[in-house]
Amino acid sequence: MKNYFKPAVFLLSLWPIYIITYQLIYNKLGPEPVDRIVNHFGEWTLIFVLLTLSMTPLKKITNSLEWIKFRRMLGLFAFFYASVHMLSYVGLDYRFDFEPLIDDVLKKKFIFIGFSAWLLLIPLAITSSDKMVRILKKNWKKLHRLVYVISIFGVLHFIWLSKTIFFKPLIFLIILIILLLFRINLKKFNLS
Amino acid sequence: MKKFRYSEITPEKIYNKRRSFIKSMGYGLSALTFSSVPLINAKANNLNEPTSYKDITTYNNFYEFGTGKGDPHRRAKNFTTRPWTVKIEGEVEKSIELPIEEILDIKSEERILKLRCVEGWSMVIPWLGFSLSELLNKVQIKSTAKFVEFETVYNPEEMVGQRYPVLNWPYIEGLRLDEAMHPLTTVVTGLYGKSLPNQNGAPLRIFIPWKYGFKSAKSIVKIRLTKNMPNTAWKNASPREYGFYSNVNPEVDHPRWSQATERVIGESILAPRIKTLMFNGYGDEVAHLYSGMDLKKNY
Repeated sequence: MKNYFKPAVFLLSLWPIYIITYQLIYNKLGPEPVDRIVNHFGEWTLIFVLLTLSMTPLKKITNSLEWIKFRRMLGLFAFFYASVHMLSYVGLDYRFDFEPLIDDVLKKKFIFIGFSAWLLLIPLAITSSDKMVRILKKNWKKLHRLVYVISIFGVLHFIWLSKTIFFKPLIFLIILIILLLFRINLKKFNLS
Repeated sequence: MKKFRYSEITPEKIYNKRRSFIKSMGYGLSALTFSSVPLINAKANNLNEPTSYKDITTYNNFYEFGTGKGDPHRRAKNFTTRPWTVKIEGEVEKSIELPIEEILDIKSEERILKLRCVEGWSMVIPWLGFSLSELLNKVQIKSTAKFVEFETVYNPEEMVGQRYPVLNWPYIEGLRLDEAMHPLTTVVTGLYGKSLPNQNGAPLRIFIPWKYGFKSAKSIVKIRLTKNMPNTAWKNASPREYGFYSNVNPEVDHPRWSQATERVIGESILAPRIKTLMFNGYGDEVAHLYSGMDLKKNY
């Protein structure tokens, strides 16, 4: 692998930040800026979750190990954007007014599931270092299978918060299903 | 995206000044006449300055043109609104079909009304229009009529959103007859002193300021008087979430959005949410329509 690949992917992964900074400076966030910021980071969280899930299938398809080297970085970006997404909701939209927020988490299933997805991301982010991989050994893989649950929660979160599944939530759902089907097929292949 | 040239927009500062001038005159007049004047521009308690023309015409929910807020503005440019007729039919002695020109001849007045979307945002819009009752008075309504149904045009050639089963097309909305006859229920023909832009429901839409925005059907071709409660589009799509009445009510939560507060469109990123008022602030005018009704059940 060329040694500038990783920094390049890192800089590219900051794309959502560049966009929002540009729109903030040039006043292009539109009529509902808070909503725009919250949704922007939410969508990018999902994109990064799906990107992270794409690395293993890409590895198999292209027969190249290179992809796996980006998986951790992409996963951490997913956690980063999920945190920004949640913080902008809590801070910008609700001004850290926790009473209605707690109400939201308990009453609204899309917030409950979104918040759960974020909580589940935390142990994965904490155990992402090489050292933790070594310490946890076999359990590391088991623990990190949580990403499948998280990805399903994340897409459900998007579907449930949208007035209709058309079209963005549907697109995310289809891509997720394809990526998850890859796992099932791969296992079958391994068995045979 | 098309940018508005400055000259295209009535500069809002001038517009607002003109408003306050008219308003001050209005108060004088209403003192003399105290008839229907107070109802026009009925004062929702937290009515702010009008939202900008740009925001009103580029941030729209009009799923016939797509589910994105910017879709209607981009895709409705070449929407055909002439020739256009509106049929009034159903439980009437004799149904009629009115050419749009005849309807636009009815005298429109400015009505600055607040729009509260079920998604939790609001705008203040200087509509042009007149009370729906004026239009309904053109027919003889039978005593069997209990509801009024509005039907949006079905034109998938031009309304690309209608090519997909996002909702049951054509879009149907409806009101109880007494709600429809309420003077605040407005037939909208324009906004900001101009004819109605396509993305806002040209050539003719309805506007009910005390109900969530989706109740206010756009690009109407049929008004039907009915015996039974109309099977309205969003209620049809998800009856648990959208009731027939859909009055703005901060106490009845929507499964997705909190209805206790709202964001004001066009405000800065640092502006806080404001409290949502019962009946969107029009309670003095409309609360009597629902006396004795449990509005938590009849949401």
